[in-house]
Amino acid sequence: MNILQAIGRVTLSAGAAIWDVFALFFRTLYWLFYAPLRGKFIGRHYIFSQMVFAGVQSLLIVFFVALFIGMVLAMQGAYQLSQLGAVRFVAALISVSMCREIGPVLIALVVAGRVGSAIAAELGTMKVTEQIEALETMAMNPIRYLVVPRFLALIVMLPALTIMGDLIGMLGGYIVGVYNLGISPGLYIKTNFDFLVLKDVMTGLLKSFVFGMIIAMIGCYMGLNTKGGAEGVGRSTTMSVVVSFILIILADAILTGLFYFASV
Amino acid sequence: MTEKKEVVIRIENLEKQFGGRKVLEGISLDVYKSETLVIVGGSGCGKSTLLRHIIGQLKPDAGKVYLFGKDITKANEDEMDSIKKRFGMLFQSAALFDSLTVEENIALPMREHTKLDDHIIKIMVKMKLNQVGLRGFGHLNTSQLSGGMKKRVGLARAIALDPEIIFYDEPSAGLDPVVTAVVDKLILDLSSALSITSVVVTHDMNSVFRIADRIVMLYKGKILQIGTKEEIKNSKNEYIQQFINGTIEGPMQFFAPDEGYLEELTK
Repeated sequence: MNILQAIGRVTLSAGAAIWDVFALFFRTLYWLFYAPLRGKFIGRHYIFSQMVFAGVQSLLIVFFVALFIGMVLAMQGAYQLSQLGAVRFVAALISVSMCREIGPVLIALVVAGRVGSAIAAELGTMKVTEQIEALETMAMNPIRYLVVPRFLALIVMLPALTIMGDLIGMLGGYIVGVYNLGISPGLYIKTNFDFLVLKDVMTGLLKSFVFGMIIAMIGCYMGLNTKGGAEGVGRSTTMSVVVSFILIILADAILTGLFYFASV
Repeated sequence: MTEKKEVVIRIENLEKQFGGRKVLEGISLDVYKSETLVIVGGSGCGKSTLLRHIIGQLKPDAGKVYLFGKDITKANEDEMDSIKKRFGMLFQSAALFDSLTVEENIALPMREHTKLDDHIIKIMVKMKLNQVGLRGFGHLNTSQLSGGMKKRVGLARAIALDPEIIFYDEPSAGLDPVVTAVVDKLILDLSSALSITSVVVTHDMNSVFRIADRIVMLYKGKILQIGTKEEIKNSKNEYIQQFINGTIEGPMQFFAPDEGYLEELTK
């Protein structure tokens, strides 16, 4: 009985949390699309400062992660492809896999770790120090002033970072392909782009757009629902990363499935 | 307080439960214009919960709260926003935004809710800072302030939009006696100079007797007595006497009775 009770309790609380996240999502959409029609705009400086934090300041980590994963892919790909005598197709392998899969997912995970956790920690601290309540009593809706700028920043900047990451990953592949595997630069670049179609890039960007929503919503939800002082802030931060990671991979599987079956 | 005065806050039969525990049980209360009303009670008596109902942060299970004649338990978000612009609140922890400087904290409500020019806002911020005695501190970060200074900046932010009511949640919590006196003086100055209505929640009896026009004694979610300082001081109610004198012996019990202790230990 106790196990059943425990399962029931966990299911109920998880269900309530999922419902709450969707409620937050729809309220964010309200403030994003409907409220501006009624003359309630979101201050530009709130959005830009979040974009700088989420996007510009993530460039360095995205650069290193994408560069090295591109190099690793080149070496792993060459190891397999050399058995078929097709080493030059390393370039195609990297460009397609970076754009379709590795770029969007890996960069989303990096950003979830860097930006999502920071959102949860910041909003969580604001929550436990009464700052959220202070905003509310000053007639400043926390969703409008805190959630929407972060949401917008992530859905714009994550795809932008993904484009950068895709290119930097290809650069990493190029470095290994040309200087280590001995493929001529011209041939490498030609193979790189010959096998890449626009659809590969677009599906990847659509994924990262969805991942951006996930990171923003989970980070904000965990932050705004923080309870119990410093320990609570820590718990929210950890939970935001764990839940974002799981949801990003889950959404990736669903979206990849959709694209796969839609194209056959 | 016999003459009829304008009522700015009216609370009718307010009830609230948290997880089956009754926190407020039928609170009814009027607050008159430009008076300083102090809500006093021990920890967990429901005084903070009552305050959160008055500012619209919590919805009651039953009862009504009128601010400026408008029932806020039924107000929609737009109506509530326009009411919120007419009152200010000083939080227990001051609740300053730590991503902003002192100046920016005070300027924020003006920037968001008025169309004033930026240099006018700068002048207004300086005036508000001067009112709380912190002229020249505007450029500091909130982390550089002491507890008392944070409270005063919080007060400057609360009066940024020239409110008609200011709510104070434990203004003396965590402050030394001198700074408490300073904050009390600011509360008095604001209510006398600008005839602002003040509602203060506290358990610091020294400051209660300094600032209050009327006192509301709350115990276990019910009002024990409403009265002036003298009426409360001379109250025959044993709970009130125990509270204002701060004695352990009295009707409020803080220790479990001795009976049954031995059985509990050896069980």
